[in-house]
Amino acid sequence: MDKLGLYAVPVFILLIVIWGGAKRTDIFESFKEGAGEGIASLLSIAPAIIGLIIAVNMLSASGFFDIVCNLLSPVTEKAGIPSEIIPMALMRPVSGSGSFAILNSIFEKYSPDSEIGKIASVMAGSTETTFYAIAVYFGAVSIKKTSYAVPAALIADLTGMIMAVITVKYL
Amino acid sequence: MLGYIWMFMIIVSFFCSVITGNIENLAISITEGADKAIKLLLSMAGVMCLWTGIMKIADKSGLTALLAKLLSPVLCRLMPDYEKGSEALQAVAANITANFLGLGNAATPLGIKAMKEMTKHNSNDTPNNSMIMFVVLNTASMQLIPSTIAALRHAAGSEQPYSILVYIWVSSAVALIAGIISAKLFGLWRKNG
Repeated sequence: MDKLGLYAVPVFILLIVIWGGAKRTDIFESFKEGAGEGIASLLSIAPAIIGLIIAVNMLSASGFFDIVCNLLSPVTEKAGIPSEIIPMALMRPVSGSGSFAILNSIFEKYSPDSEIGKIASVMAGSTETTFYAIAVYFGAVSIKKTSYAVPAALIADLTGMIMAVITVKYL
Repeated sequence: MLGYIWMFMIIVSFFCSVITGNIENLAISITEGADKAIKLLLSMAGVMCLWTGIMKIADKSGLTALLAKLLSPVLCRLMPDYEKGSEALQAVAANITANFLGLGNAATPLGIKAMKEMTKHNSNDTPNNSMIMFVVLNTASMQLIPSTIAALRHAAGSEQPYSILVYIWVSSAVALIAGIISAKLFGLWRKNG
C-alpha cells in the first residue's frame, strides 16, 4: 500500500499534464497561477500556524501531553489507539492549524514514518475542521438552528479516526 | 473559540511546567516554537505550491467541470429537495469537486454560494435535509492528494511523504459513507418524529 501511494504521485502529475496539453490549456501559465495561490494561502494561514505552534510547543515542553497520555493510556491501550494521538483528535474538528501543529509535534517525537506518525497523518487527512465548516456555511445564510448537522458530521469524523487506526494497522 | 483554546493552552502549559518542574524548558520552548513555525512554513511551501499549481492545470483544462458533471446524478439522490441541473446543485457539485482536487481557496466561496442558492427554496429558519447533507459532505470531504499532510510529512523529514495516500483514501471514503448514512437516518427520523 505504501508503494501504491508512491507511484500514484508521478503518474497523477503526468496524466494531468497530458490532459491539460491535449485540451490546449496553457499548462505552465496555469501552474504558475496555482502555485502563486499556494503561496498566498500559505501566507494567510501563517499567523495562525505561528501562534499555534508556539502554544503546542509550550504544551509539549511543559509535560502536558505526557500527563494526558498517562491518564488516557489505560483506556486507549485497550482500544489499541496510541494515546499520543488523542490531543490531535480533540483539536481536529475545531481548528485545522491547531491540529497540524499537534501533528507536527507527533512527527518530531516519533518520526512521520513510524506507525504513530502514519496513524496521525491518516487521521488528520480523513477528517475535517467540522465546527469551522458548520459555522461558516450556516453562518453565511444566517441559520442558527443547525438541527442534526453536528451529530451527523461528528459521526463521520469519528469513523474517519477509527478507520485511520484500522487502515494503518491492518491494510 | 480558538482564542479561548489558545489562552487555555498557554495557561495550562505554565501550570503544568510548574508542577513537573519544567519551567526552564518552557521558557526555551516559546522562542523555539516561534522559530520552528517559520521554518516549518518554509519547508512546507514548495510541496503546497506544487499541488496548488498542478490542480490549477486540472481546473483550467476542464477537469473540474467534468467531475462536477459526473457527480450531479449522485447529488440529486442525496439532495432530493433540489432538481437536477438547478443552480443550487451546480454550485454544490462545483464546491465538492474543488474540495476533492484540493482547491481550498475556490471551495469555500463556492460552498457559500451553494448554501445561498439552497436557502432560496427554504423558507424555514431551520435547514432542510439537503442543506444539512451538503454541510455533512463538506465536513467529510475527500481529497485526492492531501497536500498539506504530505507537505507536513516532508517538512518533518519523512522518507515517503505520500505513503499514507491509500490509507487516507480508504478511511475518508468510509467516513464519507458514514456521514451520508447518518445524515439520511437523522433526516428520516426528523420527518417521522
